[in-house]
Amino acid sequence: MRRMFKGLLAILLLLLAGEVLRALLHLPVPGSVLGMLLLVASLRLRLIREETVRPTADFLVRHMALFFVPAAVALVAQGETLRAHWLPILAAAVPSTFAVLAVVGWIQQRGAK
Amino acid sequence: MNDAVLWLTATLLAWNAAAWIQRRTGQRWLHPVLVTVAILAAALLAFDVPLARYQAGGALLDFFLGPSVVALGLTLYLELPAILRRGARLVAALAAGSVVGVATAAGAAWLLGAPREIVASVAPKSVTTPIAMGIAERTGGLPSITAVLVVAVGILGAVAGPPFLRAIGVRDPGAAGLALGAAAHGLGAARSMEEGETEGASAALAIALHGVATAIAAPLFLWLLYR
Repeated sequence: MRRMFKGLLAILLLLLAGEVLRALLHLPVPGSVLGMLLLVASLRLRLIREETVRPTADFLVRHMALFFVPAAVALVAQGETLRAHWLPILAAAVPSTFAVLAVVGWIQQRGAK
Repeated sequence: MNDAVLWLTATLLAWNAAAWIQRRTGQRWLHPVLVTVAILAAALLAFDVPLARYQAGGALLDFFLGPSVVALGLTLYLELPAILRRGARLVAALAAGSVVGVATAAGAAWLLGAPREIVASVAPKSVTTPIAMGIAERTGGLPSITAVLVVAVGILGAVAGPPFLRAIGVRDPGAAGLALGAAAHGLGAARSMEEGETEGASAALAIALHGVATAIAAPLFLWLLYR
């Protein structure tokens, strides 16, 4: 349990550092993504030990899907817009998702052979 | 009544019910996020609960999206040597993916006559919620529509992505993980983690790099459409 707490503290500090960096440099990337890159750097530079963050990081990553739920529940307030524009939204989302999967998968796989 | 306690409890209950349904049916398309959102949306509409009251509880879970993106850094760190070996090709794949993703999404909505705020809302649909909402906001889209769409696309990618990739012959674990992270952000990464560490780490990296590439590609493409 203490490990869990120390890991959470480390992750929150990196998230905070990411937010500060984003605000100072006016980057188009959110603080969480900068925090992720800062975690990689901190682990490589041995500023943070793998064992310190592992229990918390494993927990967060394993339950990541749950954390997306509230953003999607917001759709109940968007009914009107979604009903008015459902066709262009659907046509924009579905084929494009498969196009991204195919393009990224194919290009990367060609390099792996 | 304490809205935070009520709706946090309701969300976790719905989540457990969704997990149970998935286990019992074994149907991949009954993604836990999809089922949970359906249950909660039905409850909110049935009892006429305003969204703000739900979000008193929802915000507690929403908060952890940020820390969980940071946490992906651990997987990324562990797989870094393997990823660096794929260097230039990886950057090319994600750059192409972001251009194709923005052009096909915004292009399709534009061709079907959607107004500009809808076109701008769908353009960043593949990238993680905070990046996508930021892009939508800066390009004149509706961030709340983008947020809903991003999760829907994430579910689609997580459910249909792995069989689709196998069908088109993408079998390399690194390539499959990268594609899932690029097309379906955190939900694609969560799915990739189930397949293996290499897949998961590639997906984590894709979330970051594809997000950055899309933050550049989306405003440029919208500028081309509306200049």
